[in-house]
Amino acid sequence: MPQPPLFESKGEPEQSGLVARSRRGDNAEPLTITQISASLKRTVEDRFGHVRLRGELSGVKRAASGHLYCALKDDKAVIDGVMWKGAAGALPFVPEDGIEVVATGKVTTYAGRSKYQIVIDSMEIAGEGALLALLEKTRLRLEAEGLFDPARKRALPFLPQTIGVVTSPTGAVIRDILHRLADRFPSHVIVWPVLVQGQGAAEQVANAVRGFSSIERGGKVPRPDLVIVARGGGSVEDLWGFNDEMVVRAIAESTIPIISAVGHETDTTLCDYAADRRAPTPTAAAEIAVPVRSELQAAIDDLAHRKKRCASRPVTLGRERLEARAGRLPRPESLLQAQTQRLDEMAERLKRGLKDRAVQARERLQGDSAKLSGPLLRARWTSARDRLAAARLVPTLPQRRLAGDRQRFDALARLYASLDPEAPLQRGFVLVKDADGRLVRSRTVGATQPLLEVKFADGTLAVVPQAHADPPQPSAPLPPSRKAKRAKSASAAAQDDLFG
Amino acid sequence: MAEGTSDISQISFEDALRALEDVVRKLEGGEVPLDESIDLYERGEKLRLHCQARLDAAQARIEKIVAGPDGKPRETQPFDAAS
Repeated sequence: MPQPPLFESKGEPEQSGLVARSRRGDNAEPLTITQISASLKRTVEDRFGHVRLRGELSGVKRAASGHLYCALKDDKAVIDGVMWKGAAGALPFVPEDGIEVVATGKVTTYAGRSKYQIVIDSMEIAGEGALLALLEKTRLRLEAEGLFDPARKRALPFLPQTIGVVTSPTGAVIRDILHRLADRFPSHVIVWPVLVQGQGAAEQVANAVRGFSSIERGGKVPRPDLVIVARGGGSVEDLWGFNDEMVVRAIAESTIPIISAVGHETDTTLCDYAADRRAPTPTAAAEIAVPVRSELQAAIDDLAHRKKRCASRPVTLGRERLEARAGRLPRPESLLQAQTQRLDEMAERLKRGLKDRAVQARERLQGDSAKLSGPLLRARWTSARDRLAAARLVPTLPQRRLAGDRQRFDALARLYASLDPEAPLQRGFVLVKDADGRLVRSRTVGATQPLLEVKFADGTLAVVPQAHADPPQPSAPLPPSRKAKRAKSASAAAQDDLFG
Repeated sequence: MAEGTSDISQISFEDALRALEDVVRKLEGGEVPLDESIDLYERGEKLRLHCQARLDAAQARIEKIVAGPDGKPRETQPFDAAS
């Protein structure tokens, strides 16, 4: 060391001797570490028994024991801090790194590690700017968790039966809500009275929101189908309870749709982000909650009126259509007109035809009757009689002629009888014919014939000339004519039999 | 649509109102056969009465929660906002 020691004993350089020994005139024993630590602790605690430090939080850590460990720093220095469980639990905000706070407490030492630290009794956020910074941090964290996800938002009931209101039982807020509800649609409202500011407010609000959610349907206490969380306007600090994570989570987890109406329109709390609907003011929340009864009444009346008007419409339409068709139907008399006309015409023609026919017939009759006049008939009859008379028909005329004719007939009859070629047969002559019936006039001819037919007065006889008889025929066959005749008569008899 | 729902009393006000609107629109359209329109009209009337009943039942009733020791709502009491 370049600097000379403070307590230098002349000529005794063994101060840096190997073994420590007590010096002369020095009765101070060396301090133990515990002693110095205790001494330091006393000094520090006496001197810094109550300090307020302003600094930025960093390294915030909440131990399982409930104690909160952190460091407070500025741009050059850092001091560790601890907040025991009791104090940490009462913090109105969730300490986060980077938040500028004002911490109140005492500085103490931790001998075990040669450290000093501040034991924080209370911690506040250092100004509104820092508060807003914390708010933003919390918002981002919860947003990242999905608590403000638009998909989580539930539709509000159109006309809630029961409305739960979480707010202070006193003050303008509840009155505004109730008035506006009464104006629009008188409803069943259940108020859950809570503190809306200060210590315990956040917890009460969160419990109320959860409490409404826990009401069973059909229980003693009717379950609201809509909850309004409301608070009047105030500073960021006043509204702080509604930025509390506990409240935000309770709202996000609510099983009943929630309208958040905290502060004025310009104030936005995390509770607004988590709610299903944000109303700028408590009055607006009431307006969002229920429709206007009179408007609904008007709508229903209008529908009823329109419906009534429509009711007769199909009938009217039907009647119109029926009438339109009925109008197009032909009149019954016109259906028969053509036929009637035709009938009339036919009847007329029939009458006229009959008359015409009679006239025609009469004309023909008269034309003929001209020829049938009496004098004409008589004239014809007279001339006929005259001609009859002129004929002079007397019996002697035919008789004379008859006698003459008879004489001539008798003479001719006698001559005829004498000329009969077969008459001589009576007297023994015969006629000779050949097989074909031709008359055989000479022997020469006769000799050439194989068979001759000799006709006697009483019949014919078949004869074979001598020249052909040489090879004598066993017996003269019957003349074929006779044979044929017989066959013919036999067949005739058969035919007779057929018919007989 | 709540068209097929026979028990109108179970329909919410909003659905009933919408169904009524639907009925009126159909009737006004004139497309519905006469017979059907009579049924439709009757249904519309029921829906209207249902809606009307809900409106007529509207009355302010203000209560406040009385929580039990467990913090759960135990009962309600009349609430006077003026206090």
